[in-house]
Amino acid sequence: MSILKIDGVSKSYASHTALDNVSFDIPAGCIFGLLGPNGAGKTSLIRIITQITGADTGEIYFKGERLRPDHIKYIGYLPEERGLYKKMKVGEQLLYLAQLKGLSKQDATARIKAWIDRFEIREWLGKNIEDLSKGMQQKVQFIATVLHEPSLIILDEPFSGFDPINANLIKDEILSLRERGATIIFSTHRMESVEELCDNIALINHAHKVLDGPVKEIKDTYKTDTFQVIGNGHLLITSPDFKVLEQHENHGIFRANVKMLNGSRPNDLLRYLIERVEVHSFVELVPSINDIFIQKVTETHHV
Amino acid sequence: MSKIWLIIQREYLTRVRKKSFIIMTLLTPVLLAAFMIIPAWLATMSDSAETVMILDESGLFAGKLEGKDDLKLIPLSGSLEQAKEVYRQTDNTALLYIPSISIDAPKGIKVYSKKNTSLQTKIRLENMLEKEVENQRLIASGLDREVLKNMKADISVASVNLSDEGEKDNNAFVTSGAGIMGAFVIYFFIFLYGVQIMRGVIEEKTSRIVEVIISSVKPFQLMMGKIIGIAAVGLTQFLLWVILSFVVVTGVQSAFGIEAAPTPAQQIAAGQAASGDDEVAGETATQEKNGASQVMTDTFNALGNLNIPLIIGCFLFYFLGGYLLYGSLFGAIGAAVDNETDTQQFMFPITIPLIISFIMSYTVILKNPDGPVAFWMSIIPFTSPIIMMVRVPFGVPAWQLLLSMAMLILGFVFTTWLAGRIYRVGILMYGKKINYKELSKWLFYRV
Repeated sequence: MSILKIDGVSKSYASHTALDNVSFDIPAGCIFGLLGPNGAGKTSLIRIITQITGADTGEIYFKGERLRPDHIKYIGYLPEERGLYKKMKVGEQLLYLAQLKGLSKQDATARIKAWIDRFEIREWLGKNIEDLSKGMQQKVQFIATVLHEPSLIILDEPFSGFDPINANLIKDEILSLRERGATIIFSTHRMESVEELCDNIALINHAHKVLDGPVKEIKDTYKTDTFQVIGNGHLLITSPDFKVLEQHENHGIFRANVKMLNGSRPNDLLRYLIERVEVHSFVELVPSINDIFIQKVTETHHV
Repeated sequence: MSKIWLIIQREYLTRVRKKSFIIMTLLTPVLLAAFMIIPAWLATMSDSAETVMILDESGLFAGKLEGKDDLKLIPLSGSLEQAKEVYRQTDNTALLYIPSISIDAPKGIKVYSKKNTSLQTKIRLENMLEKEVENQRLIASGLDREVLKNMKADISVASVNLSDEGEKDNNAFVTSGAGIMGAFVIYFFIFLYGVQIMRGVIEEKTSRIVEVIISSVKPFQLMMGKIIGIAAVGLTQFLLWVILSFVVVTGVQSAFGIEAAPTPAQQIAAGQAASGDDEVAGETATQEKNGASQVMTDTFNALGNLNIPLIIGCFLFYFLGGYLLYGSLFGAIGAAVDNETDTQQFMFPITIPLIISFIMSYTVILKNPDGPVAFWMSIIPFTSPIIMMVRVPFGVPAWQLLLSMAMLILGFVFTTWLAGRIYRVGILMYGKKINYKELSKWLFYRV
């Protein structure tokens, strides 16, 4: 079941088109990567989902219902541009933001207590935001995003401002949120940063959706049956079933990318190699999302 | 609605708890009280007594001049040179030299002093001598003082309003004062708190929290919450000022047993009373004092005859109406710019009608509160909060008042709509230099 269905959404501003007939589904309980270069239309789409702006045409369905203003309490949003009230105390700020999402004061207070214990930040509660370090501010902002236990969490460029330690902390929190049933949308132009985390992705370029689906399926579609072999000896492939795309040799150690042809299997190649050289490493070359994106974008350009 | 309420609460509480708010609120009445009380206090503090030596060669004033607590007189005898020598040996203020003169030609009187004689001392001496010479001339001409006193006339014209409701005393001074006071407070309030709205919006924009907030509430709710919250802050401050000023002034007065600074008229009268040495001066002073108390009575009568509930009602209406009208525009400016230095070009057209109406209020409007300029300016919503406030104490026909109020409400609805359109686009727009053309486009954006 999809938590969010984006159906033919278009949005244009005075000078340019931000989204052109974009449609895809976001399955519930997954980590979804909304990927694309800067200016592709990711933030425009997010602002439509969070109801900051409206779509020109097209519809968005949240859990099968047309998006309504009261759905915002099920959505948590961490914008790319982070910010909190500088002169407001951490505790009051969290309470205020949670109440704006529709939480009662009691519920909000209880949840804030749970989160500050979890992040061990009890002593910050009475401090003003401006007195905290950047990393601390980010933790507070993350708590503010998820405090109302949204079923859909949208993180725009989530790791751009976090230092590595906080980034890992946030990653762990995101994974545990998914385990508790939340759906997470990552929006980023740094595709490699979320590749390992995402279950599903949608690629957006120049206001158009280029590609979407489960990461594994996409990779399967785009894999080229190429394997990288590293070993000792002199590699010379003469079989018509394999084709060497690239080969380097250094101090008797070779490194070669070999493509399967005529329906041959990896084991066929291994067997062939073992008879001739000493194999140290044998891995399938899987295209990264980045590669797929570039391939797809150049493809569409040619068309 | 509950979300607007949350926003109002935050805007109100964060401002009211600020140190600057508390200090401003507490300090202003103290300063105000100080302005009223210190001059009065200084006036009651008598200067150190002065001592003037007198060498009277004419013998006209012998035994006639009497010293006072703060002006001691020491008669001398002998020649001028001797007297000067005696004076030099002392710390006395001055030496008054009266050559042998007749009452008909009292000339050649001199004051010698080590330092320059103060004007006040000189005037007091002159008055003293004048009174005595007049007195002696009167006696010489055979006139009785009593007769002269009875001949003095004191006339003041009381103005009375002839209206349908009957006759009413009025007092142009009090009426104008009430109007200008109200107009000034409104002017001051719009500026002070309008700019606070603008700063608040800029703060939300630059701290980038605005995107988080408007993913929870509508931009319009955020804007209105801020405007209403700050209005509540302003009303709180205003109310506290009124109460605290009252408490401080009465408290200090009862503690020190002094009255607020006397009016210039009273000061002059008091000065004359102090300078006068004989009965005439005393009488004049009493008359002046009576005059002063007459002014007070008139003032209270006039105040009583003003339609106080109407004035207060109008004040609250125009106070809030004017603030809301301009407040939303200030909010729109805050949304359109990235920082406070960029606000100048947009502030200008907003401040101009305010400043013009304030200047007009005590130039043109006071002179002719029912003229065509006054009429039109009190109907146009951008100037009406200030101009109508000046006119109300003079009496305004009900239809004009209702029209003006209706126009103000319409104007407020219009500026709020306008500001809302600019606001919703502006708060998410960064790093773009905005001009009026750009702003006008925002009005018709579909968001």
